Amino acid sequence: MAIISYIEAVTMALREEMERDSNVFILGEDVGKKGGVFKATEGLYEQFGEARVLDTPLAESAIAGVAIGASMAGKRPVAEMQFADFIMPAVNQIISEAARIRYRSNNDWHCPIVIRAPYGGGIHGALYHSQSVEAIFANQPGLKIVMPSTPYDVKGLLKAAIRDEDPVLFFEHKKAYRSIKGEVPDDDYVLPIGKADVKRKGEDLTVITYGLSVHFALQAAEKLAQDGIQAEVVDLRTVYPIDKETIIESASKTGKVLLVTEDNKEGSVMSEVAAIIAEHCLFDLDAPINRLAGPDVPAMPYALPMEKYFMMSPEKVEKAMRDLAEF
Amino acid sequence: MDQKHKQAGLTDETVIQMYEMMLLTRRLDERMWLLNRSGKIPFVVSGQGQEAAQIGAAFALNRDEDYLLPYYRDFGAVLAFGMTVKELMLSAFAKAEDPNSGGRQMPGHFGQRKNRIVTGSSPVTTQVPHAAGIALAAKMDQKPIVSLVTFGEGSSNQGDFHEGANFAGVHQLPVIFLCENNQYAISVPYTKQVAAKNISDRAVGYGMPGFTIDGNDPIAVYQCVKNAADRARRGEGPTLIETITCRLTPHTSDDDDRAYRTADEVKKAKELDPLLSFRTYVKEAGLLTEEREQQLEQEILHIINEATDYAEQAPYASPESSLQHVYADTKGGE
Ligand SMILES: Cc1ncc(C[n+]2csc(CCOP(=O)(O)OP(=O)(O)O)c2C)c(N)n1
Ligand SMILES: [Mg+2]
Repeated sequence: MAIISYIEAVTMALREEMERDSNVFILGEDVGKKGGVFKATEGLYEQFGEARVLDTPLAESAIAGVAIGASMAGKRPVAEMQFADFIMPAVNQIISEAARIRYRSNNDWHCPIVIRAPYGGGIHGALYHSQSVEAIFANQPGLKIVMPSTPYDVKGLLKAAIRDEDPVLFFEHKKAYRSIKGEVPDDDYVLPIGKADVKRKGEDLTVITYGLSVHFALQAAEKLAQDGIQAEVVDLRTVYPIDKETIIESASKTGKVLLVTEDNKEGSVMSEVAAIIAEHCLFDLDAPINRLAGPDVPAMPYALPMEKYFMMSPEKVEKAMRDLAEF
Repeated sequence: MDQKHKQAGLTDETVIQMYEMMLLTRRLDERMWLLNRSGKIPFVVSGQGQEAAQIGAAFALNRDEDYLLPYYRDFGAVLAFGMTVKELMLSAFAKAEDPNSGGRQMPGHFGQRKNRIVTGSSPVTTQVPHAAGIALAAKMDQKPIVSLVTFGEGSSNQGDFHEGANFAGVHQLPVIFLCENNQYAISVPYTKQVAAKNISDRAVGYGMPGFTIDGNDPIAVYQCVKNAADRARRGEGPTLIETITCRLTPHTSDDDDRAYRTADEVKKAKELDPLLSFRTYVKEAGLLTEEREQQLEQEILHIINEATDYAEQAPYASPESSLQHVYADTKGGE
């Protein structure tokens, strides 16, 4: 078992899946010779050739739409959107087509595609290279949305996504790419899509989050532990469809819940989590459900002080956790 | 001199099959309007006037291997690809047995995997990149498969037309882009949709050949699509073909076209009805006798009556079955 980075886990999963199944292929902008702007597909062009690591024209609706067509003809396309922000021209293909193909054909056709996209801020990317876009897709039955936090989860979930019979959006936090490292087995394993993971056990309060913020919550939880407060950290891993069971179980157990997302607050994935807890756990709660999120402005500004103001951080999470613990 | 169909490589048998299928398509379409006007089915979208283009194109393909990505007027093309009258009636009545969608989608949203008729949606032109994707898969697997995708001229203004055609051009994919130009997009005429003289003029921008042909002539359409399919199978890439036709009905059963085109214009269009000109052709070629024609009408009437009765009496899917098939493992309503 080696310690590798989050992005290396992406590459590893892609390579292993391409070796396992000749129907798996990659398409996207600059994914070939260059290996992607973040280098997620580095070395794959050399290993598998240009037919299976396809540099497409700069046209996102075609990237999604061609992937959809190829999947209906038996392929397992893994499409890369260069940044999650640039998925917008492909939204019609993703929502009107991919999400509905099985349902509208009464199970006659299906669409096993993966769309990978780097999302998230804290990398001086400004409005159009920092966004969290999951909420746009997280009310579309037919889609699955995976947002892993650790290299171990990246590998197991990306492999599961590629083998899934339905369309999966796989959002990778771009700040995690090189800053987050962890142990990843060399062998073949998959993790279940649709299952949250309790990353830390605790009795006093629950933090529910996903992506990079999982690490902020874990860091904060260690600090709180020094003062005798034990926080549970639930990593959603799949933000759609959501693992209600794990949410309800943890919220009922601790009675205090903090929901953290880097996305802006209104209508975020955490709004749904709050509703689930309100519906199922009201009489187990000892405090109002707390949401910690980005401000309700369109997107993350560029200048450092403004970016920090928007961006989630260990300090913000720690403060919110302490406030809740003291409630 | 050889007859036109023989010059195009069509046998007498095939050309008469084409006529029979055109007639079947038209009679089915007419029946659906009757059913709609008598309150039995909620909606009709029609292919009247475009049957020659659809059937000429479908017959030029390998209907056992090639893929069809139709748009909502393509009743002729899907019949030629193996969907039955009964199945189309089941779709018109939105019954459980409808193979297109089990009654989930409006009529005209075709799809049938066993016949490689690819499922379609309502937002126009989304099928165009899919056709490129299917052709990409065929190319990767080195299978001699062609995908034929159709769409209206108004729909050719969508970004997905450009993105899909460009992709197919760059990667030299075996796609045939068939624009069924019926001169109107609902109420908006061609001149207010497109500044270029022909849709096919756009082909040069995608590095592919483009042709504008008479969509009322099934043999001309057959020939042009056949050439394109042969080229595609040789690895020489995609083709854009524009068939000029007229829409002989309002846009759908919910439209009243008197608001935007004159009765005279519709009358003139009806004089160009491809069913009439092709009937004259097969008769003059000695392939259709008066007697056979009457017999054919009777056979078709019988097929349509039977299909109508069957579909009308067939059960709806249970309301709870609406919950099924969201994902591969979705349970619910069972
Ligand atoms: C994206 C989208 N916008 C609008 C519509 C509504 N609509 C349905 S058909 C149509 C006109 C299409 O005209 P054309 O492409 O020429 O095809 P025709 O109906 O004439 O065969 C419109 C505007 C739609 N279905 N999809
Ligand atoms: Mg039109």
